Amino acid sequence: MSYNINEKGYYGEFGGAFIPEMLYPNVEELRQNYLKIMGEPSFQEEFNQLLKDYVGRPSPLYFAKRLSEKYKTKIYLKREDLNHTGAHKVNNTIGQILMAQRLGKKRVIAETGAGQHGVATATVCALMGMECIVYMGEIDIARQAPNVARMKMLGATVVPALSGSRTLKDATNEAIRDWINNPVDTHYIIGSAIGPHPYPDMVTKFQSIISEEIKWQLKEKEGTENPDYVVACIGGGSNAAGTYYHFLENENVGIIAVEAAGKGIHSGESAATSVLGKEGIIHGCKTLLMQTDDGQITEPYSISAGLDYPGVGPLHSHLYKTGRGEFYSATDDEAMQAGLELAKLEGIIPAIETSHALAVFKYKTFKPNDVIVISLSGRGDKDLNNYIEYFNL
Amino acid sequence: MNRIQQKLQENKKLLSIYFTAGYPSLHDTVTIIENLEKAGVDMIEIGLPFSDPLADGPTIQASSTQALKNGMTTSLLFEQLKDIRKTVTIPLIAMGYFNPMLQYGVEAFCAKCQEIGIDGLIIPDLPVAIYQEQYQTIFEKYGLINVFLITPQTSNERIRFIDSVSKGFIYMVSSASTTGAKSGFGNEQSSYFERIAAMNLKNPQIVGFGISNKETFEQATQQATGAIIGSAFIRHVTEKGIANLDEFVNPILS
Repeated sequence: MSYNINEKGYYGEFGGAFIPEMLYPNVEELRQNYLKIMGEPSFQEEFNQLLKDYVGRPSPLYFAKRLSEKYKTKIYLKREDLNHTGAHKVNNTIGQILMAQRLGKKRVIAETGAGQHGVATATVCALMGMECIVYMGEIDIARQAPNVARMKMLGATVVPALSGSRTLKDATNEAIRDWINNPVDTHYIIGSAIGPHPYPDMVTKFQSIISEEIKWQLKEKEGTENPDYVVACIGGGSNAAGTYYHFLENENVGIIAVEAAGKGIHSGESAATSVLGKEGIIHGCKTLLMQTDDGQITEPYSISAGLDYPGVGPLHSHLYKTGRGEFYSATDDEAMQAGLELAKLEGIIPAIETSHALAVFKYKTFKPNDVIVISLSGRGDKDLNNYIEYFNL
Repeated sequence: MNRIQQKLQENKKLLSIYFTAGYPSLHDTVTIIENLEKAGVDMIEIGLPFSDPLADGPTIQASSTQALKNGMTTSLLFEQLKDIRKTVTIPLIAMGYFNPMLQYGVEAFCAKCQEIGIDGLIIPDLPVAIYQEQYQTIFEKYGLINVFLITPQTSNERIRFIDSVSKGFIYMVSSASTTGAKSGFGNEQSSYFERIAAMNLKNPQIVGFGISNKETFEQATQQATGAIIGSAFIRHVTEKGIANLDEFVNPILS
């Protein structure tokens, strides 16, 4: 079985491009050109140079000694939190801004939930001198004020999404509507491994630098390229897709995904899409998504704004459906405790999204000789207010 | 022959009206359809409300949100429409996003449409290629005409392809926009309308998006067979209610 995308843009039964005709020329232009452009030596050179000199890659693969002792196994942390802008998101925005330039686009739009992807997009637009418009739910704008300020400093226009529930899902709708209304000069930088084909594959490939580095870094440290498990948190699933990518076809490497259970999977306030979702169409792709029996998309909940999305990327739906991936979901409380534990044991304050991945130890016991690589997808600076409130710091 | 195809053969400019089912009030559906027919409308698009209507502007979004709040569902809409063919003879088209149809079951959905007397479907986020591969056989089994969109950005080659797959009319989106985003037509539209007219397509074209009154209706139908009004009609029922729909329709057809 293959876990990669097929020529029609599907992972198994998931994916595709369910888009209105108004978006067809843009999406088709991208589909026809993305692999060719990504394969050009000049593109690769510029992409790798920026990842090295601007983002600060390779990100370290750090052996977490005290965490390993506690859970009696060998734990490595892939330090995406040390990237410029504080998370893995910038790997994708660097790639896509170079793509946008080569497609001759003058204007960039993006959606953002917590603001991390918005900041990463505003950053690369500043870097390249391109106009940047970020759609953000009105509610998220209120609860993520520092990231809104960052985007503004970087020269982006932040447009509040006032429709629907006024969070990430609606910001994505607004970005898509903008693209419909600006069909010629605009590139839409989607922030996760979602959306119509070729977005899930393109974002996955830009993020695959994470697993590419894990392989040679682990070889240096453990003498093997392949860990026993790779672990990542999943909202839409871009850091997970990048962390898994080079291990997808090697079934000796276990793939573990941790979703956000919010206040409990069946509490009605959750974002555990694999458990609660049914096959459907969201933002242009067929995937698992949380919806009513009538096919209306429902509102997810998580303490982590970055996991607060009612769908999951089509690759992950495929990994779930085929059993290739092990899926767990961590509650708000479990995630917050896991974040605090990492801070106390390793001196690293993770993003709350990432804390969900660290909660894997609540659900799975590893063998002493297992080598586990966890994607430390982002740093916790942006979440300090949440941590302060939660722990009464 | 399907009611849509019959209507298209009449030698007149067709006025089609879109409304969102379940709006302004949950049980307005049948009254709106009957009143529109009485007012002289040629064809009606019954909008199935969706939580995330990507191709729609604020007016239709808001009506969809309200319709869902009012309690509209696919099953309820079918229930409301079950006797519609006892009173209404003009073509009826169901327009909605694909996910609610997928959850209802595409075949069950189509069967129900046929049973009620729905003549066609417009599903903006079901692309032509996926329709052809997976759903065309089912739609045709139940006598439903699926209507596809073209836009000013659609290449001539693709328009020819869409024309070859279409069996009723082509929904000609007047400008690159969401619904209700622009009003009035400029030079860009004129040249687009002329370009399409010159292609001599097999299927007639009906123009949608940006039509709100007599002036825009007439501009749109200079070359095309008809035009669709959506957002402007939603605004009308929001302000004036659903009773005297000829107040909206008469000035356009006069």
